[in-house]
This record gives sequence, structure tokens and C-alpha cells, in this order.
Amino acid sequence: MDNVLEVEGLTVRLGTSDVIRDLSFSMPRASSLAVLGPNGAGKTVLLRTLIGALPPSSGTIRWAPGTRFGYLPQKLDIERNLPISGWDLLLAKAALTSAVDSDVSRALSDVSLPEDVLAQPVGTLAGGQFQRLLIAFALLGHPTVLLLDEPAAGIDAPGQTQLAELVRRLQTAAGVSVVLVSHDLSVVYRYADRVLCLGRTQACFGPPDVALTPETLDAIYGTPVAFHRHDESLH
Amino acid sequence: MAVAAGLVGSFALMRRMSLAADAMSHVALPGIGIALILHVSPLAGGLTMLLIGALLIFLIERRTRIATETVVGVLFSVALAVGSLLASGEDLIEALLGGAGSLSAAEAGAGIAAAAAVIAFVLRARHSLIVSLVSPEIALTSGIRVARLDLYFLLAFALTVGLGLRYLGVLLMGSLIIIPAAVARRLARNLNGMLAGSVAVAVLSTGAGTYAATLAGRQSGPFIVMIAGGLFVLSLLRRAPD
Repeated sequence: MDNVLEVEGLTVRLGTSDVIRDLSFSMPRASSLAVLGPNGAGKTVLLRTLIGALPPSSGTIRWAPGTRFGYLPQKLDIERNLPISGWDLLLAKAALTSAVDSDVSRALSDVSLPEDVLAQPVGTLAGGQFQRLLIAFALLGHPTVLLLDEPAAGIDAPGQTQLAELVRRLQTAAGVSVVLVSHDLSVVYRYADRVLCLGRTQACFGPPDVALTPETLDAIYGTPVAFHRHDESLH
Repeated sequence: MAVAAGLVGSFALMRRMSLAADAMSHVALPGIGIALILHVSPLAGGLTMLLIGALLIFLIERRTRIATETVVGVLFSVALAVGSLLASGEDLIEALLGGAGSLSAAEAGAGIAAAAAVIAFVLRARHSLIVSLVSPEIALTSGIRVARLDLYFLLAFALTVGLGLRYLGVLLMGSLIIIPAAVARRLARNLNGMLAGSVAVAVLSTGAGTYAATLAGRQSGPFIVMIAGGLFVLSLLRRAPD
């Protein structure tokens, strides 16, 4: 299987309505796929279905044999007084994936999270710190596929650039495949090989340059989307 | 028994099952009633019903996606109604508040083995348990079989309730699971602190409560829970961690 993921005719029904209908796409190994669409289009539902947390109503999802996931959910509600520290979480993942101390240190430096932050209960961390912790958690265990649902949410601007560079580096150096949900079209253009649009009227799939025409964006969001594409050479 | 209660209680509280813990213990009542009618060990009857209750809760929760607390609440009310019909008088009081009689060697041996099994499970599964309580989806992608873990935890929980039935009775055993964990939660900043604190409070309450009950010549259950409750009040004096 050359592809890391093959999806055919996927339909996901929640309650009485189809959130995703007859969706088909594939992902080559070490590629990056951005999932784009307005609120309620089913982006998070798609990610949850891909990891097996939601059952498909019909269709098939095939991951390459030996796939290991690193998953970053969109939003987690953690009680402030939950007595679990950042260390507890990271060491739990390390124990579950047989990761060694150097793996933990590396994951922490990858996301620039100081060790003293890890002693605090996770419910008391600032949004960006918690997000970095969860990304470090996802990186442990040498995942072959990263599924990131709004990874930049709550992270400051320098952190977002650093995160995008990290994702790119993991993809090129370690051959990690990345599925990314993002509302930021500039991130999609700069870091995704392919884009999958989940929209109100139609779904698009292909390289961003081809798939994301102004007409497609209008059709997905149901309203004109103003977007000026930055020239890559300026960055 | 107290160590198992402290450990299981820590995770039950963090999984927002504190009310379920109390209600769950009542599920044992019909089992005790049936055992009394059949003249077999009430402990075995209660424990059997608890394990059946845990399986029912697991299946109903998975099929209907109703919250654990709701399912346990319904099951508890029905169990209490059935149990109060089956047991009566002295038997009912003993089932509700615990008996003063001593344990047989077989009961004590089975109790120690069951407590050891619960302790081993919680310590071994603690990493999976904390990841799954932070996010079942992250747990799934970390290779944890979440549904199986939930079932094992419910069974460990039921077994722990069963362990204390003879000692504390149906009404009070839930308290020994939840109060020590509630005290530890106010004081702890990490998992080890939570587990150690909860076990310490459970053991201290059980030891001191049993001693006080012996001096007073009364049942130990109420003393144990009153001491645990007192420690909870003391813990309120300390400001919760920031």
C-alpha cells in the first residue's frame, strides 16, 4: 500500500443527518493533507472517524499497516483542580509507547515547553501551554501519522510559525504524514500538499493551487472569501 | 480494602463518578436479599449483583450513550426498591449499615485476594486511566482499548464496593471510596500525590474508625465514615492548589 490512508465512499451519520456524505480521498505516505471548511462542515467528525472514535455509517477507511497515530483534539475541557500534572500525562504516554527519557526531552524542546511548566496541574496551564503539551504528547511514541485539529489555536504568532516548521520537518525528515484541520488559508497554502474541502454544497480535493480557486472557496463557505495569497519567497 | 478504596476512589472522582460510587453500592442490596432468602453468604450475593450491575451499566451506557451517573441512578433506585422488598428488619439494617460480626477465614481470604487484584489493576492501568480521563480519543490513538478499560474499571469499582459491604454496609461503602479521594484532591497537585493521599486517608479512617467502634462497642461503619468526613472538613481549611 503506497498510500498511508485510503477512504472510499465514507458516510458518517450523527443522529438523523449525514455530517459526511460519500467522501473518497487518499493520502500518499509522508504527505500533508489540510482539511478545510466552514464551522459545522464535519472536519472534526472526519478526524474522529479516521481515528476510530466514531463508526462510519458506510464506506471504508484503510490505514497502512503499522500506522501509529499522534492526535491533537480541537478542544479539551479540563477541570482546573484535576490533580494531574503535565509530567503525569507525558510519562503516561511514554510508558504506553515505551518511549525513553530522551524522547520526552526532545518532544518538549520541539514544542518549546519549559520543564517547570510540567509540574503544574494541567487544568491550570494557559491555553497555549496546554496546546504545546498536547502536541508534545502526540509526538511521543514516534507516530507515523499526525492528526492535528486546529493545532495553532491559542498559540502565539512565533509559536505558530515554529509549529508549522516542526510539522514540515517531521514530514520531510521522519516521513510522518500529517492531517491538519485549519481555518488559516495561508497555512494551508504553505504547508499542505493536498487540501480536502468539506462544504455545504460540494467537496474538493487536490493540491491547494488547483483545488482552492476563489469559486471553490465561495462555494464551500457559501459566501465570498477574500484571500490574498502571500508569495512564498517573501517569507 | 481501604487501600483499594483509596486507589479506585481517586480515579472514580477524577472520572466524575462520585455520585455513581454512592449509588452503585446500593445495587448490592437485592443480591443480599436474595442470598438471605436462599441462606447463602450475603457477601457473595451482594458481590454477584454488583458485578452484574457493573456489566449492565457498561452495556446500557455503550448502547444508549447515556451518562454513567444517569444509568447508575436508575439502576440504583430500582435495586433499592427490589432490595427493600427482599430483605427486612434486622437483615436490612445490617445490609445497609454493615454488620458487627467477624469475618470467616474464607471470607477474609477472598477479601484480601480481591483487594490485591483491585490494587494491582489500578497501579498497572494508571497510565491508561489518566490518559483516558483527559481524552478518550487521545487514549484511543495512544493504543489504549478504551471500552475494555472502562469495563475493567467498573468491575474493579464494583469489586471494591463489594469488599466493604460486610464492614460498612450498602449505605456507607460508597463514602469510603469517595471521601478519601475528595480529601486528597484538595491537597494534591499530581497523580502520585492524589493516590498516596487518598490511600492514606482511607487507611487512617478505617483504622481509627474500627478502633473507636471497638471502644464504643458499636458498628465500625459509621465511625469510619465520620472520621473520613472529619478529615474532609479539615482539608477545607487548606486553600485548594492554584
